[in-house]
Amino acid sequence: MNRIIKIIFLDILKNKIVLAYTLILALLSWSSFGLEDNSAKGLLTILNVILFTVPLVSILFATIYLYNSAEFIELLLSQPIKRKKIWLSLFLGLSLSMVAAFFIGAGIPLLVNAPDSVGIMMVIVGCLISLIFVALAFLSSILTRDKAKGIGISIMTWLFFALLFDGMVLFLLFQFSEYPIEKAMVAVTAFSPIDLARIQILLQLDVSAMMGYTGAIFKDFFGTTTGLAVSFLLLCLWIVIPFCVSLKKFKNKDL
Amino acid sequence: MKKIFYIFLLFSSFLQARVIEVGANKSVISITKAVALAKVGDTVLVHKGHYKEGNIIIDKRIVFIGKNYPVLDGQKKYEVLSIKSDGVIVRGFKVIKSGYATLEDPCGIKVYNKKNVVIQNNILDDNFFGIYIQNGANCIVKNNKISAYGKEEQRIGNGIHCWKSDKLQIISNTISGHRDGIYFEFVTNSIIKGNFSTKNIRYGLHFMFSNDDAYISNVFKNNGAGVAVMFTKRVKMLNNHFEENWGDAAYGLFLKEISDSNIVGNKFARNTSGIHMEGTTRILVEKNIFEANGWGMKIQASCMENEIKSNNFVGNTFDISTNGSLVLNTFNGNYWDKYEGYDLDKNGVGDVPFHPLSLFAVITENNPSAMLLFRSFMITLLDKSEKILPSITPDNFVDKTPLMHSLPL
Amino acid sequence: MIAIKNIYKKFGKLEVLNDVNLVFNKGECIALIGPNGCGKTTLIKSILGMVIPTKGDILFDKKSILKKYKYRDQIGYMPQIGRYPDYMTVGQIIEMIKKIRNSNEALDEDLIKAFELEKIFDKQMRTLSGGTTQKVSAILAFLFNPDVLILDEPTAGLDPLASEILKDKIIKEREKGKLILITSHLLSELDDMISQIIFMQDGKVHFHKTIADLLESTNEQKISKAIASILKSKQ
Repeated sequence: MNRIIKIIFLDILKNKIVLAYTLILALLSWSSFGLEDNSAKGLLTILNVILFTVPLVSILFATIYLYNSAEFIELLLSQPIKRKKIWLSLFLGLSLSMVAAFFIGAGIPLLVNAPDSVGIMMVIVGCLISLIFVALAFLSSILTRDKAKGIGISIMTWLFFALLFDGMVLFLLFQFSEYPIEKAMVAVTAFSPIDLARIQILLQLDVSAMMGYTGAIFKDFFGTTTGLAVSFLLLCLWIVIPFCVSLKKFKNKDL
Repeated sequence: MKKIFYIFLLFSSFLQARVIEVGANKSVISITKAVALAKVGDTVLVHKGHYKEGNIIIDKRIVFIGKNYPVLDGQKKYEVLSIKSDGVIVRGFKVIKSGYATLEDPCGIKVYNKKNVVIQNNILDDNFFGIYIQNGANCIVKNNKISAYGKEEQRIGNGIHCWKSDKLQIISNTISGHRDGIYFEFVTNSIIKGNFSTKNIRYGLHFMFSNDDAYISNVFKNNGAGVAVMFTKRVKMLNNHFEENWGDAAYGLFLKEISDSNIVGNKFARNTSGIHMEGTTRILVEKNIFEANGWGMKIQASCMENEIKSNNFVGNTFDISTNGSLVLNTFNGNYWDKYEGYDLDKNGVGDVPFHPLSLFAVITENNPSAMLLFRSFMITLLDKSEKILPSITPDNFVDKTPLMHSLPL
Repeated sequence: MIAIKNIYKKFGKLEVLNDVNLVFNKGECIALIGPNGCGKTTLIKSILGMVIPTKGDILFDKKSILKKYKYRDQIGYMPQIGRYPDYMTVGQIIEMIKKIRNSNEALDEDLIKAFELEKIFDKQMRTLSGGTTQKVSAILAFLFNPDVLILDEPTAGLDPLASEILKDKIIKEREKGKLILITSHLLSELDDMISQIIFMQDGKVHFHKTIADLLESTNEQKISKAIASILKSKQ
């Protein structure tokens, strides 16, 4: 397996898009930390990057890469290699390069400029988000043979989690504001990896507001060790489940 | 002639004042007896030891001094030291374990309706109330260390409790673990300065119906609900630090029904709300630092004619929040780190007005669980569009002269 | 060596393979022919495990290949249209496959020399013509000395010279006792190479005969003529 991962990883590293992604992340991070004397603005910039750019680039790049690797996959399939091994190698290769790009581009400036719980939490969450959206890319690219359709599904997935899901939550919040729905809302966030990630960072970044009455619902759940463990478990499930579903489909796919 | 008079006075005091020493190997063993023996103006000097004498009452003007912190133990039954004479000086004692009762308020040291009492350099530990000044005047409470270990509000008294008094000086005390660190009710013309009040169950400072007072350079840190100043006129709050007051109803500074007061040069850092204002009138909030609070200031709609100028707002989750649309307060020349305007004429003042009230602050005020969505892309988008075209937030909630750079405070 | 037992394959509603039963043995060179869309390529891909049959089983050395992969060690496959990662060079592709196979046995590099491919080792795959790509495919199929060679339209797109080189190579391998499976449209090309012929139509095996049988039963000299006469008599 290592041989295949190595081949894929090196192939992606040669890809100019990943290099550009890393560079843009680095440029954005360093400059937003450099502009202000306090790290608050830099953190906010990177927060938006984690919630917006990282998912988009991860899912889109991984999907396109998978479609472009159709020939490569076909070639490998005629060789004596397990299908599971091929798919897993592709996943690990892509994950590794996306996480590396995020870590070099945004992680290092974060750890240099904000080496506290906020910075560390953001690095961890950013890496997890990269992995989750690579996994979702695997799922959307296995759903259809058509490249354009597959990319469309990817973009829709990203749009849904980055924007539409929150819009729905906001709508629900206002529709049912008369009812005690706080607990239900906490449960709803489990359905969006971006929201889970965002709330974990929020608890570090806006700790003062989160300790107040408005934040009480989060503090009581997400702020506890159990809540933290559950959130990270859920984030991990967001990686494992889409990938496993795609793996099952890939095992039975005709090429 | 005058000189001779003073020298005479000095000598006469030397002649009259005796020193009565109390200690295990001294002529007098009991403090109560020493106080009984003493005449007005005498000094009772207590040596190191552990004295369990129940309630000690000082009913004449004497100087009451402890050497090497003799322990006065109330055995959890008695009020330890009761001062019932003008001009008493109490210094250098370690007062511990006063009685516990909800009706009588037993204290470590209590002053009953007297003037010119000085309580200085004492250690008070594990008392129900620490120091209690009831109907006093011109009293000084200075350099005492007051600690207790209260767990809930009803089962512990205040650190320094002042009631219906005038011209008090509460200076450089350290208070922790009580209900309220310092409590003022009907106290006028007094000063609270340089105290450190921390980890008290309710308020670091609780201030009611106390006009014409000033509190300066105190530190209030990590108290249950911060500091509350209520129903008072003409208070000066200068150069204090309000820090790390976190919780459901915790404030750096809670103001209710305050008028004609100044809040200048303070620092509010890492509180749930820096300042929470209700029904305040004509308050000047100037040259303060609001840093890393959940809400910098919460100004309820019942506040009017307050002026907020030349402050630094840095790294707060929300700078300002309010519960209504009525704006009767002015903002001028503050520095807001969320300001994104420009300064073409390079005069240090932004050319575009700043609206410190964000849409999302208004939304969470009405629907607290919306906090769930804070900093999501959706909300950022809504906030940005509201900044450009205000529709829900009142458009006169505005700082027309926002600063480009933070003030050196 | 390879036994195909009652396999069915459906793509959606379309039945591509319908109850196919075949047995291939060592030393045989079998041509798989039939009209477009008759299921030749699907059958080949089923043997390679790239297409998973809806029903039925395929045995390789008496063991089922379903959910297995190790048996592919012994197969060399040349696809109809070889598709390779665009940005890899010819050399890199060959190197990569060598690494993946990680075989200790001697490599058969005859075709590399015969096609003079060393010259273009540093060319990227996307710059190659269809014929050159086919040459790469052919090299990869023969490279590891496999016991079974599966060649899907091997000569399509090759120039006559290369085509001859490949045919010679196939004959040489057949003489070594390997099982060779070829699909082709060009019947005239097959004459000197093959020992058996399978004709497929609409997902079914129409007939499976040795060449001698075929020529005898139709009284023809050439395979192409024999097939034509069979098709005519059927109509």
